[in-house]
Amino acid sequence: MTIRIRELSKVYKLGVERVHALRGVDLDIGKNEFVAIMGASGSGKSTLMNVLGCLDRPSRGVYELNGKPTHRMGAAQLARIRNEEIGFIFQSFELLNRATALKNVMLPMIYSRRHWRSARKRAKAALDRVGLADRMSHKPNQLSGGQRQRVAVARALVNEPSILLADEPTGNLDSVTTHEIIELFRQLHREGQTIVIVTHEEEVAANADRIVRLRDGRVLSDHPTAEDPIHRRWLAGAAAAAAEAALKEGLAEGAPA
Amino acid sequence: MILVRIAIQTFGLALGQIWANKVRSLLTTLGVIIGVASVVAVIAALQGLRATVLQEFEKLGAKRVYIDGTLPRSQWHSGRWRDVQLKIDEVKAIRDRCESITSITPEWWGSYAVEYGDRKVAAAQTVGIWPTWHDIVGRQVIQGRPFTAIDDSERLFVCLINDKAIEELDLPREPVGEFILLAGRRFKVVGVVETVQLALFGGGDTSTEVFVPFGTAQVLNPDGWINDAWGSLASPDKVGDAKAEIGFVLSKMRNLRGGDEPTYQIEVLQQFIDQFNAMAAGITAGAGGIVGISLLVGGIGIMNIMLVSVSERTREIGLRKAIGARPMVVMIQFLVEAVTLCLAGGAIGLGVGQGLIMAIKAIPDSPLKDASVPAWAVLLAVGFSAGTGVIFGMFPAIKASRLDPIEALRHE
Ligand SMILES: Nc1ncnc2c1ncn2[C@@H]1O[C@H](COP(=O)(O)OP(=O)(O)OP(=O)(O)O)[C@@H](O)[C@H]1O
Ligand SMILES: [Mg+2]
Repeated sequence: MTIRIRELSKVYKLGVERVHALRGVDLDIGKNEFVAIMGASGSGKSTLMNVLGCLDRPSRGVYELNGKPTHRMGAAQLARIRNEEIGFIFQSFELLNRATALKNVMLPMIYSRRHWRSARKRAKAALDRVGLADRMSHKPNQLSGGQRQRVAVARALVNEPSILLADEPTGNLDSVTTHEIIELFRQLHREGQTIVIVTHEEEVAANADRIVRLRDGRVLSDHPTAEDPIHRRWLAGAAAAAAEAALKEGLAEGAPA
Repeated sequence: MILVRIAIQTFGLALGQIWANKVRSLLTTLGVIIGVASVVAVIAALQGLRATVLQEFEKLGAKRVYIDGTLPRSQWHSGRWRDVQLKIDEVKAIRDRCESITSITPEWWGSYAVEYGDRKVAAAQTVGIWPTWHDIVGRQVIQGRPFTAIDDSERLFVCLINDKAIEELDLPREPVGEFILLAGRRFKVVGVVETVQLALFGGGDTSTEVFVPFGTAQVLNPDGWINDAWGSLASPDKVGDAKAEIGFVLSKMRNLRGGDEPTYQIEVLQQFIDQFNAMAAGITAGAGGIVGISLLVGGIGIMNIMLVSVSERTREIGLRKAIGARPMVVMIQFLVEAVTLCLAGGAIGLGVGQGLIMAIKAIPDSPLKDASVPAWAVLLAVGFSAGTGVIFGMFPAIKASRLDPIEALRHE
């Protein structure tokens, strides 16, 4: 198992008040899985992702990444795990505006023990992999939203992480660019990458092979995409809508000019 | 290893940032610039002053000993200055019995009217000396001859004058062989002594000086005093011996006991040098205080800008941590930035200090014409500015290193 989570809970303290963001989550994710995490706003998706990405530590429970008990690690060790085993993609890209695409992608290797000598070569290869070979010397403000997210994906990939985590990676993108980014994820998945993404859109989740739904910090359901009842209902609705649209288009074409 | 690499990379990046924000960096580091510039300028100026002073002492002669009778403070009311003046027997005793003194001359000071033709100097400084004076005091005889033993023993009416006297008395340019009237008596000019210009020790307005043989001076004024004596040390490191020997001879001749205060003083130029060094150290300490204050102010400026930078770049710090920067690494990054900023300020300060020194040196007749910034002052400046960076960059750097990545990424 790449990811093994048991009885994971996370409590935020706000003064005297306690917010239970996660209440005993069990989850296993294997190598080369493509998992979509869904749920209403406030259900704990981001909290779970932050724990998966070793950005945050659980209040209780077990999180093993590739067999290593991360819940027992200190700040420096977690930093190393983040650098070497995790690629994190943010909704708002989080690129350095002063630096070119290439420099942005090289950033994780500055902090790496292994790859810093070959940083430039690896960064170029990663940008090539996300289809931005011709945009390396552009700064983020000279790139479109989709291109920016591709740079962020390249940055996440550059240290060859065992898991790629993306918290609403298409949340800031229009439908065309969303499609582009999802296509990129599919391609990476085909190449063997383990991927976990958080999304609100069934359309995006449709590309994953498994959907985990959260509610109030608990796992509500965990099904292969094709068997997820909510997703099947959405598919049916989408098919109907498509048929209706085609019908309207047909009518429009048939109408006199 | 990784820390060193990051430190070097950050140094390069920080230099680039400083260059990109020239004005802002300049204003930020103003305190450091002023601090370093002033420390460098003060040190260089003192070095220059020391060089000049040492040269002057060199002119005066490092081997010279000055002996003078003096009343101890406790006897200022009861005693008489006349009684404690050097006696010629005492000078002779020092000459004969002090091994570390190779030669000695008394000086018999007087002030007389000097006339040549219709020109007159009402009160010319007149000094009675032994022929040994020439070697001890080291003033060149530029025309004619020095005094001889015969001049003194025969009490000849011969004199040496300085070149200022030629001017003031309107003597011929080559006055040797001319006769002048000194205290109403005819004296033959046998030589001309150079006028020594001392920039620091009351030189510049030298006027007519007349030198006569000691024996002749006693004829001019039989009641006169020997005002002082100059001796020459066998070598400059014989100072202690010479003082002990002279003290022993004079104490014995003056019947002074162990507990009595001496009625004479023995001065060596080394003492003046020591005094000067003490004064220089005082100035340095004072300047150090000013520098300390400006570095403190500069450091606070640095701290302020680093705190602003940390809060401006909170998201960036969050990102760096999210992709694997350890807290220590983040701290080093910010510390190196602060140090780089201070070092840049220090470098500018060095330049400004150097410029100040050049400006001072350009002033004509400046006593600081030999001022220069020594290598150790450069190192000191670099050390000071780096230290300021470390001390005042530490707090912002620690603050940055402790940021929680998630909260930092949520920062607007
Ligand atoms: N730093 C925090 N301090 C206090 N409470 C927090 C904190 N972060 C999250 N929470 C709370 O934890 C719960 C889960 O939040 P989380 O961000 O994981 O939800 P989410 O599923 O990602 O929602 P969304 O779809 O809106 O992004 C929420 O009730 C939220 O208010
Ligand atoms: Mg969220």
